[in-house]
Amino acid sequence: MHIDGTEKKWVILSFAMAFAMMGILAAYAINKNIHPPSNVETIDSTTLHLSEEFNEDNIGIKREADGSLRVTMVAARYGFFPHNLKIPVDTPIKFRLASADVLHGVHTAFTNMNTMVVPGYISEVNTTFPKVGKFPMFCNEYCGLGHDYMWSQLNVVSKEDFEKSMKEGDK
Amino acid sequence: MRAHASKLSLANIWVALTTFLLAALMGLYQVAERSGLFPQIEVIELYYRSVSSHGVIMGFVLTTFFIMGFGYWIIHTTLKTEIWGGKKLGWFGFSLAFGGTVADAIMLLSGEASVMYTFYPPLKANPVFYFGAAFLVVGSWVWCLQMVMSMHVWKKANPGAAVPLAMYAMTANAILWFITSLGVTSEVLFQLIPWSLGWIDTIDVGLARTLFSWTLHAIVYFWLIPAYIAFYTLLPKAAGGKLFSDEISRISILMLLVFSVPIGMHHLYVDPFQDAGWKFVHMIGTFMVAIPTLITGFTAIASMEVAGRLRGGKGLFGWIKALNWSNPMVLSGGLSLLMLTIGGWGGMINASYSLNVAVHNTQWITGHFHLIFAGTSVIMYFSAAYYMWPSLTGRPLYSTKMALIQLWLWFIGMVVLTLPWHVLGLLGQPRRIGVPPYADDVTAPWAPYEFLMLVGGVILFISAVLLIINLLFSHFKAKAETMPVMEYAESMHPVMNIPKLLNGFGFWTAVIVVYMIASYGYPILQFFLMETNGTFPWSI
Repeated sequence: MHIDGTEKKWVILSFAMAFAMMGILAAYAINKNIHPPSNVETIDSTTLHLSEEFNEDNIGIKREADGSLRVTMVAARYGFFPHNLKIPVDTPIKFRLASADVLHGVHTAFTNMNTMVVPGYISEVNTTFPKVGKFPMFCNEYCGLGHDYMWSQLNVVSKEDFEKSMKEGDK
Repeated sequence: MRAHASKLSLANIWVALTTFLLAALMGLYQVAERSGLFPQIEVIELYYRSVSSHGVIMGFVLTTFFIMGFGYWIIHTTLKTEIWGGKKLGWFGFSLAFGGTVADAIMLLSGEASVMYTFYPPLKANPVFYFGAAFLVVGSWVWCLQMVMSMHVWKKANPGAAVPLAMYAMTANAILWFITSLGVTSEVLFQLIPWSLGWIDTIDVGLARTLFSWTLHAIVYFWLIPAYIAFYTLLPKAAGGKLFSDEISRISILMLLVFSVPIGMHHLYVDPFQDAGWKFVHMIGTFMVAIPTLITGFTAIASMEVAGRLRGGKGLFGWIKALNWSNPMVLSGGLSLLMLTIGGWGGMINASYSLNVAVHNTQWITGHFHLIFAGTSVIMYFSAAYYMWPSLTGRPLYSTKMALIQLWLWFIGMVVLTLPWHVLGLLGQPRRIGVPPYADDVTAPWAPYEFLMLVGGVILFISAVLLIINLLFSHFKAKAETMPVMEYAESMHPVMNIPKLLNGFGFWTAVIVVYMIASYGYPILQFFLMETNGTFPWSI
């Protein structure tokens, strides 16, 4: 077998590059706890309206007993429910999503919120929005002829404005 | 023997080319529709019909038929033996695959199967569409068997001799395709067909997507390996040099074979039904498969440098200038490697466990795979066709100049199409949209990039037409007096003693089976262990 010296160096360098990239990704995953949304959890998509978590009265933004924020959403042809969502900046939020029909995806442009919404399973995304503003939220998976129409806006507001709106909502 | 092999090859390649032209026309329609400049053609139902057809044809039909045709011609020209199974078996496989394709074409064009080439249950297509896909795959399995057996018989007759590299690599590709197509075939046979016929009420979408992911990444290497075969065995010959290293090329091919199948879960990074740990394991494998591509890049460029220096090129870059760029194979090799470099860089981002969320399912992804597949791979299919044509048809190529223009247009069109798509993806644009009614402030920044997309699409369509004209017109030319032979590059260091592991596949196939069970065993088994809720069919 004949392997050229330069080629051998390149092979070693190729391995080194691949391992360096794996190392960087592993370091981020372990140290910063960055993982893709992966919470293997099932639900019956045909009876979301009868479920505790995803029925019409319970979707939207809620403060949990421990003070953290949780958003429960339903993706269904062709929209995200609730349609308008106001959330505070710089605050960790847990999104829980379920599909009422077919496959959907949800991507909030310019943010790290991106997950598939698969019928039969609950998607969970934990993220923080560092900037105030209106961000488009798209369905990014073909879900039928109305796919183009499936989008909404995420309104990221200051913490004060958010608290105000939560109080008004309580009344 | 020759007549049979060339007829079988040509039949396969012409199916690939004819459907390619049709799909290219659809691509042109899609960019025109999406540009928003022609409201009269904005018909969403037609648009998704077109997108589904374009994907199925380019991904499954063009590729499978071209690769089968290329493979048969490699058996004939490298082993110089009869294709295993005799005349009838090859035509039997062709008929199955062609029949499946015709059935699928009817379903797709009549709008009965606008579910994308990824099938996307619980959207339900006409059951005939799923049967057609199964026939196409099963027909290609006949080809896989013929590749493997032809090599086996040749090895028996030539004990100890190294299998010619082109044959070795194409047989690896046949094994790769067989193993990787088992995923989608299981989905079609055990889930989609019984469910679409109403034999079972519901489908587990998580399981379906996991099975599809088994096929979805390695299929890309099934498409790419023929391009690598051209890099290793045709490009150095056309450039007037030699292959830099035969052994390293074999090692690259074997690495692609082993590492490309059990990594499909990087397509499921943001799917909820698989645990992050499995995604991490598949991420490691995904970066491993980058290694043989890096090595292939080196081998191809080193071989070109050898040719450039033989032609009198001096200095660090002088050899590049000395190369014969007016040879279609040399030109396409250079352009293909350029596109591989840009596309591979984007691929690193897609493969990244943490960064993937920034681009998943955006137009970035469409840009990436058009560069790697339609750019890197398919441009080599074009030049391989030009290269094979004289030996296949017995006639000289109609116009080399037209071939050069065609390849340049394909490259320019692809760059003008895909670089703006990468930007659109970063701006958040989802893939597979028509002209969406999003807010104006959302879509306004997209406009210039969408215009470039239209320009790129037009250039690509012109290129596709030139390809077909050139190959078709060659058939009207007079036959050459002596039958031209298909020549392959020799290695700089002739292979004297080939290690058994680099001349067969038995051991490597066993490694893949073990690796597959380790990386896909539990992720598939889990759907049978936990209580899941299936989904009823939905129309589009």
